[in-house]
Amino acid sequence: MKYRCNAAVVQNLPLGDDIYDMWIEAADIAACACPGQFLALYPEDPTRLLPRPISICEIDRACGRLRLVYRVAGAGTREFSEMKPGDFLDVMGPLGNGFPLENPGRALIVGGGIGVPPLLELAKSLPGEKVLAMGYRSRTYLEEDLRAVAELVIATEDGSKGTRGNVLDAIRENHVQADVIFACGPLPMLRAVKAFALEKDIPCYVSMEERMACGVGACLACVCQTENVDEHSQVHNRRICKEGPVFDAREVVL
Amino acid sequence: MNLSVTLAGVTLQNPVMTASGTFGSGMEYAEMMDLNRLGAVVTKGVANVPWPGNPTPRVAEVTSGMLNAIGLQNPGIDTFTKRDLAFLTDYPKTKVIVNVCGRTAEDYVEVVERLADCPRVDMLEINISCPNVREGGIAFGQNPKAAETITKAVKRVAAQPVIMKLSPNVTDITEMAKAVEAAGADAVSLINTITGMKFDINRRTFALANRTGGLSGPAIKPVAVRMVYQTAHAVKIPVIGMGGIACAEDAIEFLMAGASAVSVGTANFHDPTVTLKIIEGIEAYMQRFGMKDVSEIRLKED
Repeated sequence: MKYRCNAAVVQNLPLGDDIYDMWIEAADIAACACPGQFLALYPEDPTRLLPRPISICEIDRACGRLRLVYRVAGAGTREFSEMKPGDFLDVMGPLGNGFPLENPGRALIVGGGIGVPPLLELAKSLPGEKVLAMGYRSRTYLEEDLRAVAELVIATEDGSKGTRGNVLDAIRENHVQADVIFACGPLPMLRAVKAFALEKDIPCYVSMEERMACGVGACLACVCQTENVDEHSQVHNRRICKEGPVFDAREVVL
Repeated sequence: MNLSVTLAGVTLQNPVMTASGTFGSGMEYAEMMDLNRLGAVVTKGVANVPWPGNPTPRVAEVTSGMLNAIGLQNPGIDTFTKRDLAFLTDYPKTKVIVNVCGRTAEDYVEVVERLADCPRVDMLEINISCPNVREGGIAFGQNPKAAETITKAVKRVAAQPVIMKLSPNVTDITEMAKAVEAAGADAVSLINTITGMKFDINRRTFALANRTGGLSGPAIKPVAVRMVYQTAHAVKIPVIGMGGIACAEDAIEFLMAGASAVSVGTANFHDPTVTLKIIEGIEAYMQRFGMKDVSEIRLKED
C-alpha cells in the first residue's frame, strides 16, 4: 500500500557537503516501509512538477517517523533543505521493493557517496553477522550511526580517513569475507562490487538509481537493462521504481 | 446536470480521460483511485511486437514542464490484450481507448486488426505524433499526405471509431486535422508533445540520452489551447484537447476552446488523483454558471 500525505518535518540538519539529515512524521508510511524502499518528495514550487525519489535512511515505527538523508542536487532538493521543523512536506510512499532481508552467514553492506543512507536501515534490520564498508570522497557522514550497528571499514579518496582509494580497496585491505553483498552507490562502484561478487561467487544485491517521473511504474522513464526478458514490457528493461530499486546484480546490466 | 459526452457514437460518463503514456493501462494507479470514475482510460501506445524504447535518461524536468524520450517502450499487442485489457474489464464504467503505434503502415494495421474483436476496446487512438522515435510515429504526423494514407489504412480494418493523435510540430495543425478528417478519421486528439532539448551544464552533456524529447506540462498549455481552438473551428469531427492540463480551470479552457473532451497527462505524475479533482471542478463550474450540459462550456462567439 502506498500513502500520500503531508508529513511534518521534525528535524532538518545540515551534515556538510550539501547533505541534509531530515526526520519526518509519516506514521502510515513508517508502519509498512522496509529498508531499501524510497519516498517521492514533491516540491512546493508549482513550476517543479516531478517528485524527487529519496531513499529511506531509518524507520522509527514506534514514533511513526522516517529519516531521510539526502544531497542537494538542484532546485527541488534545495527547497527541501530549507525546510524547518514544523513545516509540511508532500510525500508518497513507500515505493519500490527494498532489500531482501536474508543473510546466509556474513553480510557485506557496501555504500558509496549518497548511496550510504539506505544502508543504515538495512544494517539495522538485517539479521545475522554483518560488516559495513563505506566509501566517501573526503568527509564522512552517518559514520557514528553505522558504527553503532556493526563493524565499519571506510575508504576516502583523499585518504583523510580509512583506506585511501575506493571502497573495494578498503574491502581488500581489510580482508573482508562475505557470504552475501548488499550495495548502493554510484554506477562505477556497483560495477566493481558486482565483479567482486562474481569473482567470489556469492549473491549480490544492488540498489539502482535513474531519473524518474511517476515513481509508481506507469511512465517507464526509470528503466535499467536486464539480462532476462522483463515481465512488464517483454523486453530487457525493468522498472527501477517498481521492480527495483534493488536487483540481483547478476540480473542487471551495469 | 449532464457531464457525459458522445464521441463518434461512444458515450463517456464525463469528458476527462488520461493521456496516453502517462497512465500505463491504469494498473499502477488503481490502488490510489477508482478508475471507474474516469471518462476513459487512454492506454500507453502499443505496437505489434514489444519495443524496448530509448536509452536512459529518458526524462528531464524543466520549468513548469518536463521533457521525455521514453521511445514507446511497450509489451506488444499479445501481452497487452491478455494482461492489460483483461485488467480493464474490472472497470466497466470507464471507456477504454487504445493508443496504437507502429513503424510502418503494416504495423499499425496489424495492431488495429488484432483489436477488432476485443469488446473491451471502445475506441482507437492512432499515434502519428511521437517525436521520440525516428521511424513511424512522427514520420506520418508531419505530412498531410502520409497522415491521410495511414488514416485510410487503419480505417479499412478498424472495428472501433478512430481518433488520430496530432503533433504540434507542424506549420499548420489544421491542415493535418483536415487531411485525417477527409481520410475518414472519427475524431482527432491534440496536442502531443512539442520537441525540445535540455543540456545538463554540470555533466556537460544532453539531459536526455535521446538528445531531444517531447515537452509536456503547463509550459505548453497556451500553445495547446490555441491549436485546439483552431482545429475545432477547422473540422467537424470531435476534438479531444490536451497539453498541460493540471486542474479543472485548465480543462475548462480547452472545453471553451472547442474540445469535446480532455486528456490529462503530466499532471498525473504530480498528483495521481488529479483527474478526479478535475471532474469535480468541472461540475462545480457548471453549477456556478447554471449549465445543464457540459457542452454549454464551449464559448459561443458572435
